[in-house]
Amino acid sequence: MRSIWRTLDPRLLRDVSAVAAGAAVNGASFGAISVAVGLPWWMPLVMSVLVFGGGSQFMAVGIVAAGGSPAAAVLAGLVLNARHLPFGLAVGDVLGRSWAARLVGSHLMIDETVAFALAQRDPARARAAYWSCGVALFFAWNIAVVGGALAGQAIGDPATFGLDAAFPAAMLALVLPALKDRATLRAAVVGAVIALATTPFLPPGVPVLLALGGLVATIRRRSEVAV
Amino acid sequence: MTLAAVLVLAVGTYAFRLAGPLLRDRLSLPPRVRELLSTSATVLLVALVATSSLMKGQHLAGWALPLGVLVGGLAAWRKAPFVLVVVLAAATTAGLRLLGL
Repeated sequence: MRSIWRTLDPRLLRDVSAVAAGAAVNGASFGAISVAVGLPWWMPLVMSVLVFGGGSQFMAVGIVAAGGSPAAAVLAGLVLNARHLPFGLAVGDVLGRSWAARLVGSHLMIDETVAFALAQRDPARARAAYWSCGVALFFAWNIAVVGGALAGQAIGDPATFGLDAAFPAAMLALVLPALKDRATLRAAVVGAVIALATTPFLPPGVPVLLALGGLVATIRRRSEVAV
Repeated sequence: MTLAAVLVLAVGTYAFRLAGPLLRDRLSLPPRVRELLSTSATVLLVALVATSSLMKGQHLAGWALPLGVLVGGLAAWRKAPFVLVVVLAAATTAGLRLLGL
C-alpha cells in the first residue's frame, strides 16, 4: 500500500482534485435534492456511503420523488450500475492482490477511478491513480452530501455552473490517449452511436451497455489483419 | 426511498463491482481477451461521454452542454492541462446558458 503514495505525483493529485471538486458540488446538490423531496437528512448520506454511485443515487431518488415505487428505483439503479461488471473485468488487476485491497477497492470502482486507471501508462501508476481518485472522491462526495442535505435549498442547480459538462469533458480527456489505437477508436465510435440511437427508447443504463456491441468492430478488423 | 431499498441497491451494486476482480482472478485469460476487456472499458466510457453530453434523460440536451464538452475535448486534444479542460468545459456551458442558449 505504501508504494501507492510514493508513486503519486503532484500532477496526478491536481487532476484528481479537479474531479473531486466537481463531485463535491454534485454531491451537495444530491443532498439538497434528497431533503427537498422529503427524505430525512441522514438518508442521502447512508445511500452515498453504501451505494457510492452518483448517477444511480440521483435516479433512484428522482423516481421515488416522481411517485415511483422503491422497487422500481432499485431496479433502475441496478441497471445503471451493471456497467461496473465489465469495468471490473477490465481493471480488476489494478486494485491490488490482497483480499482487503479487492474488497475495499471494488467499492471505489466508479467511472472516474476506472478512467484515471486506464489513462496511466504503467501498472504502478494505474494503481496509484485508481486509489487516490477513489479515496478522494469517496470523501469529497460523502462530506458534500451531508453539507448539501443540511444546507438544503440554499444550494443551486449545478447545471447553472456548467458542471454537467465537467463530467463528460473530464472522462473524454482521460480516454483520449486510448483512442489513438485505431481499432479502439472504431469500437468506441460504433458503441457511442449505438448508445445515442437507443437512448430515447430504452431505460437509462441499457444504452451504455449496448455500446459494447461496438467491440465487434475490433474483432472483425483484427481477424482481417491476421489473414 | 426506504432504508431497505437503499440496502438492496447498495448490495446489488457492490456485487457488480466485486464480480469483475474476482472473476478475472479465477480465469487465466489469454492476452487477446485481456486487451478486449480493456477496450470494452474505453468503449463504455466513451458511450457515457456521448450520452451525458448530447442527451438529457431521453431527449436531446440542446446546445450549451455539447458545445461545452466539445470545447473541453478540443482543449484536451491540444494537450491542455486536465484542470483547464474541465474548467473550460464547465465555463463554456455555463456562459452559453447565461446567454440563453
